[in-house]
Amino acid sequence: MTAPRTPLRSRSRGRALAAALAGTALVLSACGGGGDGGGGGGDAGSDVEPVTQEQIDEAMSTPTELTFWTWLPDAQKEVDQFEAAFPEISVNLVNAGQGLDQYTKLRTAIRAGEGAPDVVQIEYQYLPSFTLGGDLLDLGPYGASELQDSYPEWVWEQITEGDAVYGIPQDIGPMGSLYRQDLLDQAGIEAPTTWAEFEEAARTMKEAVPGTYLTNMPGNDPGQFVGLLWQNGAKPFGFDGDQTVTIDLDTPEVTEVVDYWQGLIDEDLVSTDADFNDQWYQGLANGKYASWQTAAWGPVFLQGTAGNTSGLWRASPLPAWEEGDTATGNWGGSTDAVLSSTENPIAAAQLAKWFNTDPEPALTMALDQFLFVPHDVVLENEEFLDAAPEFFGGQQVNQLYSELTTEVDTDFGWLPFMDYVYNSFNDTLGTAIAEGGDMEAGLAAWEDDITSYAEQQGFTVQ
Amino acid sequence: MTAPTTTGPAGGATAPGRAGPRRRGHSPAVRRQHRAAYLLVAPFMVVFAAMLVVPLVYAAYLSLFREQLVGGRSFVGLANYARALGDSAFGEGVLRVTLFLVIQVPIMLGLALLFALALDSGRLYAQRFVRLSIFLPYAVPSVVATLMWGYLYGPDFGPFTQIAEGLQLPAPPFLSSSWMLGSLMNILTWEFIGYNMIIMFAALRAVPADLYEAARMDGAGELRIAWSIKIPAIRSAILLTVIFSVIGSYQLFNEPNLLQTLAPNVIDSAYTPNLYAYNLAFTSQDLNYAAAVAFLLAAGIAVVSYVVQLTSQRRARS
Repeated sequence: MTAPRTPLRSRSRGRALAAALAGTALVLSACGGGGDGGGGGGDAGSDVEPVTQEQIDEAMSTPTELTFWTWLPDAQKEVDQFEAAFPEISVNLVNAGQGLDQYTKLRTAIRAGEGAPDVVQIEYQYLPSFTLGGDLLDLGPYGASELQDSYPEWVWEQITEGDAVYGIPQDIGPMGSLYRQDLLDQAGIEAPTTWAEFEEAARTMKEAVPGTYLTNMPGNDPGQFVGLLWQNGAKPFGFDGDQTVTIDLDTPEVTEVVDYWQGLIDEDLVSTDADFNDQWYQGLANGKYASWQTAAWGPVFLQGTAGNTSGLWRASPLPAWEEGDTATGNWGGSTDAVLSSTENPIAAAQLAKWFNTDPEPALTMALDQFLFVPHDVVLENEEFLDAAPEFFGGQQVNQLYSELTTEVDTDFGWLPFMDYVYNSFNDTLGTAIAEGGDMEAGLAAWEDDITSYAEQQGFTVQ
Repeated sequence: MTAPTTTGPAGGATAPGRAGPRRRGHSPAVRRQHRAAYLLVAPFMVVFAAMLVVPLVYAAYLSLFREQLVGGRSFVGLANYARALGDSAFGEGVLRVTLFLVIQVPIMLGLALLFALALDSGRLYAQRFVRLSIFLPYAVPSVVATLMWGYLYGPDFGPFTQIAEGLQLPAPPFLSSSWMLGSLMNILTWEFIGYNMIIMFAALRAVPADLYEAARMDGAGELRIAWSIKIPAIRSAILLTVIFSVIGSYQLFNEPNLLQTLAPNVIDSAYTPNLYAYNLAFTSQDLNYAAAVAFLLAAGIAVVSYVVQLTSQRRARS
């Protein structure tokens, strides 16, 4: 379950399933030696000796109790499988809320020094805010390092700082476009393949089908907007793992995206409704929006929200900035991390690892819970790839999204306080989007605000 | 009419004077009584201290520190307070709720008083039914009330929009930035008018009926009685509702917080001072500054409440 939602703004997370069916795992044979992207290394790697198989076997056959916080619906299924595989370990499964609600509780528990879980679900962009205080265990020595070849390179970059591995990927959200074939037909347009075509199509759509916009650009969804920046090769954020952050929103890659949407909004070619509230759900269901630029969890989410439009939707890659360009961004997705305060690091690390990489639970997540699990065990699974949901007119949506998985820029970093950054987006750039204001000014205000917050919090800003 | 009472029915503003305690020479019986009194008050005092005093003191202590994500915690004295005083986000929030207060509270209390007087006049049909229906919104939890109003305000599918469309009129933009404060005022008025009316109505029932008879003998009409006898007689109850409303306005949180999902870019993270303090603590992870903001707000509320009380007392004396 990804939580693409924005902080605090999103307390109405009615979102149930968010995940995707998916496609062929283009075998990412050994993306070699690991690349050194990810917003700079830092020497976060621990000096712990790798644990041996004997140590693991011993830990897993010792009666142990683990606490696992996750908001994945029906996670009990996988936990039961784990307990069947390791009868000595009992797992206490807790749903402590989704996204920020859970992080607030987690931070409180960490500060209090008690009540924190052993294993916890954390979204990619929030990992640095927990590694910052040294709250997460480096899973490298616990058998995570060997997983590198099973993941797309960019996913691996998202969970590592230098050699340290801070989470096991649960699901990801490479972005594509979902659109209503019937509405496009009605307007006589093809699914646009470039953003320039997209603008033309938006104009045609508005004239041809009154009351329908080609898409909606919400002012409260920094996750989506950042995903679109990511597609265009922007690298606005970075963190060296220590005290230095990079905030760089004043770049051509960012302003190109901002100016583009400014144009669409000024001409009233797209709507600017807030997303993930009732109003928006209805808009998806009743044809107010003819497309949605969303992540790999979008297709299943849409089936739950707009069930009455089954068969009318199709999926495609995001429009490209340059003809033939295939790059995309990521929006959402989670990892399972282990807290450094755990008393049973070996067992906890095994739980996080087994849960997301063993074929049984990984395929349960992918096929029953419709998560887009980035491990090869799922991305190379025929049943997963060949699924052809009726909702999308029999299109193999998983196939498409798994192809998109390889098109995500590897070098996208985060700041160690993304909750603030996202909240600030809503008050600055997001407001400019929603109110039809000056988006470049909003962008500058966003950058200023997060820069002064970073300085206030004692970071060195580059 | 009910029997006259000596103190204001709601007791609020002017606490009845305590009987002067004699300091020394209590008889054993009196001492036993005192012991019993302390014993009976003790459970309350323990909970009061644990749940209110200790957290307050702790928050005051926290507000004197600064804790950075990098660099840890340091004592900064009153720097957080200085920062809050110069914080435009906080200042705008305070101004916004002050504007809210100045407009909404007189409307709400005026209507509440009008309803209370109407009910008290005994000239309404189905008096109990009317009383109950005005009071009913207060029984609806504010969260539910806000969700309900949020639906009513909906710009695409809300009933107001549908009616407007049916009449070929533009849909009223309840959730836009220029209307939002008014929309909030409407929700709060709807929620609390009945509550305030009941306080005033109860006070009216306690006014001795012979005053009215005397007034009538002197030739006063109902309006004159209402203006010159009833309203002055329930002054302390009205004062109480004013002070409650002042405090309530400055503490606005639930309603804007819930409407935020519908209009996330209209209600920003500092829309009201309480919302700001909440976001500081849980989004910015700046508990210390949040504590300082909360204390400043509390101090502000205390000052405003005191001024309200003072002016009203002065007017009473003159």
